[in-house]
Amino acid sequence: MIKKLTPVIEWGTLLLTTGTVCFFLVAILWDLVSKGAPSLSWEFVSSIPREGMTKGGILPAITGTILLTLITAAAAVPFGVSCAVYLNEYATDSALNRLIRASIRNLAGVPSIIYGLFGLALFVQALQMGTSLLAAGLTLGLLSLPYIITTTEEALRRIPASTREGALAIGATQFESIRDVVMPSALPGILTGVVLSLSRAAGETAPILFTGVAFYINSPTGSLNQEFMALPYHLYMLSTQHHAIEEVRPLAYSTALVLIIVVFLLNLTAFYIRYKHSKK
Amino acid sequence: MQLPVRENIDKTVRLLVRSTGFLAIAILGGILFMLLWNTMAFFLQIKPLDFITGTQWNPSGDPALYGILPLLVSTSLVTLGAMVIAIPLGIGTAAFLSEYAGSKLKGILKPAIEMLAAVPSVAIGFLGIVLLGPGIAGLTGQSNGLNALNGAVLLAIMALPTIVTVAEDALHGIPDSYKEASYGVGANRWQTLIRVTIPAAAPGILAAVMLGVGRAIGETMTVLMATGNASAFPKGFFHSVRTITATIAIEMGEVPYQTTHYYSLFAIATVLFLFTLIVNMLGEYFVNKYRKYHSA
Repeated sequence: MIKKLTPVIEWGTLLLTTGTVCFFLVAILWDLVSKGAPSLSWEFVSSIPREGMTKGGILPAITGTILLTLITAAAAVPFGVSCAVYLNEYATDSALNRLIRASIRNLAGVPSIIYGLFGLALFVQALQMGTSLLAAGLTLGLLSLPYIITTTEEALRRIPASTREGALAIGATQFESIRDVVMPSALPGILTGVVLSLSRAAGETAPILFTGVAFYINSPTGSLNQEFMALPYHLYMLSTQHHAIEEVRPLAYSTALVLIIVVFLLNLTAFYIRYKHSKK
Repeated sequence: MQLPVRENIDKTVRLLVRSTGFLAIAILGGILFMLLWNTMAFFLQIKPLDFITGTQWNPSGDPALYGILPLLVSTSLVTLGAMVIAIPLGIGTAAFLSEYAGSKLKGILKPAIEMLAAVPSVAIGFLGIVLLGPGIAGLTGQSNGLNALNGAVLLAIMALPTIVTVAEDALHGIPDSYKEASYGVGANRWQTLIRVTIPAAAPGILAAVMLGVGRAIGETMTVLMATGNASAFPKGFFHSVRTITATIAIEMGEVPYQTTHYYSLFAIATVLFLFTLIVNMLGEYFVNKYRKYHSA
């Protein structure tokens, strides 16, 4: 009897752990969707907050997050891709290059709040950008850099050496081989990594806390040298700092839902690129 | 284009691309410099011994007290709690994915875990306030349930995707010959998993745990929102705690630049940085050990 039951218990344990992990995801999504959807409307995503943010929408927070993510991309993608090209296409196994790799791995483990401090010290104070959209975007750019480098290098590594050798053999310079042959074939992989890194940056709060995010901005369009609203911070503010926390709870739920939708849409884009590429 | 021109372009690009390679070193160096510079400024005003052994963090008090112990104990408490929950769940899920789940089930579970990883920390912290908090309050009879336990559960959820993914890779990397040898001497699937596959993948699993710990120690928003942030010395899982990350997040927005209080936040950030550095390096060490072990 006990012998018969043992495999069931063993199986059950693993199934239970996996089930718990799935339960976490389902509980998160269910709670956010069921309580966030009722107060979600076109007006909510297309109008500015009114009456101390107890009414109106979150348009400035949405546009703020989009602008912020664009700046992050503009700052991190060129440098990140270029650094990955260096590491995979040019770098030899020297002590210096091992140091570069070690730095990147360590940067990926640095807590986001420390990036926030660094952004404050470097961009806001030393470079005198003040608390602004630009300073916050650059801070998030630094945070995204190690992820973009790692994923881009991974994509480049998957291109076989014969591809490069073919280009070199018919007389292309190394740069031409990279530009015309290696990059086009690695592009889907690079894009997937970039979009995933940006989706991560879009949801970050800690790095923008001291570098430029604001409680409330009354215009939906931002400017580079001014403070801005962002979805993650708006959610934090509505759920902990607002003067009427219970009253704005439905708005907080809807903000959380919008944030999750934005992040998941970016993720879906990345998966779509990966899926389409893997079919070829 | 003429060949000399093309070759010049090639050389220029090589230089440009190479210079961006050094950017990573420059950023890490910049972060280290910023942390150490401001920490030195702090230690010129406060004795290092008072900082390390002080049991009270009260920068706005009179006299101002800068003891890191309560923050350090809070961070350790929440991280420890998170790992107690996440390690068994993570390894169990990884084992299920790698050893039992068919490719169809894997095709559903893996994206689900990636989705869990994609949920922003602020959204998880929000659910700690509105969902988990009231739940804990109902069980313990407290007013809001914002305590170390709440933070630990949320951090466990945040660390799980990392632990599952890395541990699954480790389990998956064990050569089939190991398992076949085990089946050959009469062991069943479970015995093979517990006695052969998991021990063989141990360094990789340890690496997964270390990366999970690194993730939990450095997490800011979830603990800031879910642990209540009481500045008293932490008493246990059912009490409010205030981690290093939460302290920086709360106080940096309010302090005037270049004051002792301002420098003190860089000093605790340096401690945080060192801890994550050590944990991540340990993780890397285990990953390398695992690789060597299996290429031998």
